[in-house]
Amino acid sequence: MKETLTRKEITCYHCGDEVPDAGITTDEKDFCCQGCKAVYQVLQDNQLCSYYSYNDHPGANREQRNKRFDYLGEPSIVSQLIDYTDEQQTVVTFYLPHIHCSSCLWLLEQLNKINPAIYYCRVDFLKKQINIRFDQRQLSLQGLVELLDDIGYEPLISLQDIIKKQNAVPRDNLVLKIAVAGFCFGNVMLLSFPEYFGLSIAEQSFRQFFGWLNILFSLPVVFYSGRGYFVSAWNNLRNKVLHIDFPLALGIAVLFIRTVAEILTHSGAGFADTLCGLVFFLLIGKLVQQKTYHHISFERDYRSFFPVAVQVITDGKERPVPLSELQTGHRIVIRNQEIIPADAILLKGEALIDFSFVTGESVPVSKILGEIIYAGGRQTGQAIEMEVIKPVSQSYLTQLWNNEAFTQLKKNRIPSFNEKIGKYFTIVLLAIAFSAFFFWLQTDIKRALAAFTSVLIVACPCALALSTPFTLSAALSIFDRNRFYLKNTAVVEQLAGIDTIVLDKTGTITTGDHTSLSLRAELTGGQKQLIYSVCMNSGHPLSRMICRYLGNEDGLEVADYTEILGKGILAGIRQHQVRIGNEQFVLGSRQAGVNTTQVHLMIDGHYLGYFSFVHHYREGLEKIAELRTEYQLHLLSGDGDHELTELLPFFRYAEQLHFNQSPQQKLDYIRLLQLQGNKVMMIGDGLNDSGALKQSDLGIAVTENINNFSPGSDAILDGRSFEQLPSFLQFAKDTVRVIQLSFGISLVYNLVGLSFAVTGKLSPLTAAILMPVSTVTIISFTSIATRVAAKFRQLL
Amino acid sequence: MTILYFLIGCSILLALIFLAAFFWAQKSGQHDDLYTPAMRMLLEDKEEPPPEK
Repeated sequence: MKETLTRKEITCYHCGDEVPDAGITTDEKDFCCQGCKAVYQVLQDNQLCSYYSYNDHPGANREQRNKRFDYLGEPSIVSQLIDYTDEQQTVVTFYLPHIHCSSCLWLLEQLNKINPAIYYCRVDFLKKQINIRFDQRQLSLQGLVELLDDIGYEPLISLQDIIKKQNAVPRDNLVLKIAVAGFCFGNVMLLSFPEYFGLSIAEQSFRQFFGWLNILFSLPVVFYSGRGYFVSAWNNLRNKVLHIDFPLALGIAVLFIRTVAEILTHSGAGFADTLCGLVFFLLIGKLVQQKTYHHISFERDYRSFFPVAVQVITDGKERPVPLSELQTGHRIVIRNQEIIPADAILLKGEALIDFSFVTGESVPVSKILGEIIYAGGRQTGQAIEMEVIKPVSQSYLTQLWNNEAFTQLKKNRIPSFNEKIGKYFTIVLLAIAFSAFFFWLQTDIKRALAAFTSVLIVACPCALALSTPFTLSAALSIFDRNRFYLKNTAVVEQLAGIDTIVLDKTGTITTGDHTSLSLRAELTGGQKQLIYSVCMNSGHPLSRMICRYLGNEDGLEVADYTEILGKGILAGIRQHQVRIGNEQFVLGSRQAGVNTTQVHLMIDGHYLGYFSFVHHYREGLEKIAELRTEYQLHLLSGDGDHELTELLPFFRYAEQLHFNQSPQQKLDYIRLLQLQGNKVMMIGDGLNDSGALKQSDLGIAVTENINNFSPGSDAILDGRSFEQLPSFLQFAKDTVRVIQLSFGISLVYNLVGLSFAVTGKLSPLTAAILMPVSTVTIISFTSIATRVAAKFRQLL
Repeated sequence: MTILYFLIGCSILLALIFLAAFFWAQKSGQHDDLYTPAMRMLLEDKEEPPPEK
């Protein structure tokens, strides 16, 4: 704390950002902007300033806020957003991305102090959701959203609200099934102990009593908790594939039938405890595998990024129109920070469009009147008017979602280890069971039946079925620690199976402001003005950067301007000849070994020097480049090829670098690689990569903030962990190796059990010991081995 | 030893009541959010709680 005091850095009381010199002060508290101060005043007026006492600077920066919620007055939109409504109250759930600390929780649950029309509000912290009940007669939905916005929690409103949908999916009562199985398992174990320890002759009457109770307890375990396995096995048979669920269902069925038969015929104690334990452990394995991230959505498409409604001018009046009703010819108004929802022609105003969500490029692009602006850009600056030329779903960017990659299920996924092994396992198991049966059939039919059922009981692949979920979920939490979020456990195995990596450039291997420019020349004010004026005319990224570097010079009239693609610019201004471009173009020769991009300057035949551009790639790109020995590395960029020289050393061959790729071309390129038999992993970030991410065998979205928008993908990688990607790939392979090893261990147990089973003399006690012991061994082996592997790969 | 029949009956009944209680808790959504209540209880609540549940 002392250090910050001595540095005399004043931070905003609300958001904690640095306060600029022209900061605002109220009540001896400093604020960085009017927005932050406004929030403070709302809270102050309502005596809610304890908000600031739970945490320092709990607010979000409020400098940019131009959100308009007029569209929430449209009944058609409102009805889609609310959960429930009647005469007295309306219930609505909002996703508030800013929820992050206990202050948020406290404040958001005190909303009724600000407006008494709000009856009830409950925050779900992990899901970042708030459930609000309010009186719609006193407070409109728009009013409610504006209230939330006023206190600094702007809801993310989208008609395709995936987060809500994702969380609404019922978890097929798995917890209840486990509860029943666990309850029965405990009771059955208790009732089976007397049998194992031996009952005296005086206690023989209990044997029957306990037996009946055991059957009673097994019933719900088999028919309620274990039902899913029978359904799955039946589907397997119908689809003529043998999955691991088939021997499991067989094992459960045989255990149950034999238990009932033994108890009814007084021939034995049955295997009720093995049966209940088996189902209990299997279901726990299922639960472990179901781990989901509540606050991250992997299924987003353009609809969750685009606004819900857009302002349309009809007869000189503005009116909010839902996006789905937007038609060609509509005249729309886009204000500062709003997103252009459909391809449109600029009619009025100065457009400065930020395409960072589409391409990852953070520098806004200026557009002139009459130019077509593609959907997905964000206007920065004044309001503009545009005419829609294509409906939302048919726009340049959004038509990508009409591609079959989005409608078809992925067919040739890399099969998981369990899928590969399940078939052979089942066949071998059945073969052993039947040969034991026929071997003993010649001597004793009872013994033959006993041997047959014992084999199926003992070899029931419980440990095998558990090894995968436990290993994968352990791996998932290791990835999670390293800010790599996988959609589900199956993705780990996909990650281990890929052999080709395709990278997007902007936003993926480069970050927002990735280029720094330095001037290696002495320029006078007049020369700067000349160069600025020439570069103003060019749309080339380098020219735009030079303009920004030189700042606000007055533009001069340029005569005879010629831009030679990939070389430079020739222009005449006020009797001066200006030549700007690459070395060859300006000096006529090229030095070898220059590794940076340079723009050379010459005025009136007099060489002045050059601008040097140094590209900053994400840290760790060298490490990823080293992967080229094991993987094919490709680069797909939407930009021009002006960084080819810098990027070439990272990739082996120039033909693996592709520039000027449209979103559709990216998708097609991935498909082409797949047709050549490659398993492709795509790493991208923007909406323009969405198609490629979807088409690839494994799509990873790179993002700076996981709560921000990221395109639909199988995994989301925090940009800070980008350099760990090679370790992630190695670790995924280790994980698969762990699964294979634990399969080996479970096979050893199976063989031990089988040696008892084939003789037909499997005692319930042996089974009751063998099953939990093998399960515990497998679970501890997988968790330890996964941790060791993670340590080895420096992920822990 | 016949008292065992009664005792086992009692113990199973008791266990069933707990199972039913768990079912009720799960169905009424008490396990939907296991994180927020832990934070909520640490917050000062000087004023009266929200009127409705």
